[in-house]
Amino acid sequence: MRVGDRLPPLEIPITRTLIVAGAIASRDYQDVHHDAELARQKGSPDIFMNILTTNGLVGRYITDHFGPGAVLRKVAIRLGAPNYPGDTMTLTGTVTDLDGATAQVRVVGANGLGHHVTGTVTLTLPEEAGS
Amino acid sequence: MTELYEQLTTYEGRPTSTSGVGKDLVNTPMIRHWCEAMGDTNPAYDGPGAVAPPTMLQAWTMGGLSGHTDRSGAYDELSALLDGAGYTSIVATDCEQEYLRPLRPGDRITFDAVIESVSPRKTTKLGTGHFVTTRMDIRADGQLAGTHRFRILKYAPAAREPKGTRPRPVINRDNAGFWEGVGRHRLLIQRCGGCGTLRLPWLPGCNDCGSPEWDTVEACGAGTVYSYVVMHHPPFPAFDPPYAVALIELAEGVRMISNVVGVPYDKVRIGMPVQLEFLRVDPELELPVFRGGEV
Ligand SMILES: [Zn+2]
Repeated sequence: MRVGDRLPPLEIPITRTLIVAGAIASRDYQDVHHDAELARQKGSPDIFMNILTTNGLVGRYITDHFGPGAVLRKVAIRLGAPNYPGDTMTLTGTVTDLDGATAQVRVVGANGLGHHVTGTVTLTLPEEAGS
Repeated sequence: MTELYEQLTTYEGRPTSTSGVGKDLVNTPMIRHWCEAMGDTNPAYDGPGAVAPPTMLQAWTMGGLSGHTDRSGAYDELSALLDGAGYTSIVATDCEQEYLRPLRPGDRITFDAVIESVSPRKTTKLGTGHFVTTRMDIRADGQLAGTHRFRILKYAPAAREPKGTRPRPVINRDNAGFWEGVGRHRLLIQRCGGCGTLRLPWLPGCNDCGSPEWDTVEACGAGTVYSYVVMHHPPFPAFDPPYAVALIELAEGVRMISNVVGVPYDKVRIGMPVQLEFLRVDPELELPVFRGGEV
């Protein structure tokens, strides 16, 4: 592995079920993540994914690729365009730093509206991959 | 500094939870529900010796449906202050987590949180408001297990602007004939009276020979996309970004800027054949546009 390496993209269909299941699994009961009518009253066209779900999906994208031996050390994300039902988010990643067994990956999750999430993940690589 | 902002900054450094306690011990069912929702099949989160997904960190501190009862008043006071100023909507914008040690089923979670900063008033695409950054230290059985920095925007939603009308063409004596043609559903190209060179847009004289003499030829309507850009930002009233703005090369060889219709913005391609049509955008305005895709 080298700096500049790209991770294969991961496409995530943004279903209503994913948004609601993610909100509930993260114990986030804000109405904008499960009640379309109340979301509209607050000026949003529909329910949208909560940040904890986005965080979970970014973590999954990294460990899916690097395997169960990889350990997440730091996940820093910024949200942009919301994930609304019916959209698809494509996660892509680029290795931006490599120091021994520690790697840094820049992650972008793009949907039909633009960048839903941009962020950086720091992880300790499993032994086989680091050597 | 505004009076409100001065008041808001007094909350910087104030704790929002002191010795908060996670409502549940770290546990296998909640881990499994999380993994099911995320589609995460990592074996590290399952079976004997399982750890919790690190990105679940904040989930263990959430109040859930019944909310928090052990929060200090500072966060609620700050929220009420912002609500009172009209910043009633909330959206999470940033999350930065550091994981110092894995969480395992049975761990008892405690946490302390402090309001780290409140931004000056900012105007964003969503509306105007203040960013509030909170930092939380999370402990498992008393040991620091992770830190969680969280930024939200508390804002007044931008009023949905009434959809504006498309800009009017600037019509003068040099191009009036072009717009008269559009009114009759004819796309007229100027032809130099001196050298016969075609030109579009209309100009008072020929760029090739300088002759001021001209007549017109009607475009047959066939064309191709010579180049295009997709507009995402900034948004203008009457336009819904993203949309494609294309430079169309007409069959006669001259080019004009227009919109491609009938094709999603991200399916427009250089070389795509297009056909002229006239689009009525409002009662006073018709525009020549180009239909792509099915030609
Ligand atoms: Zn000429």
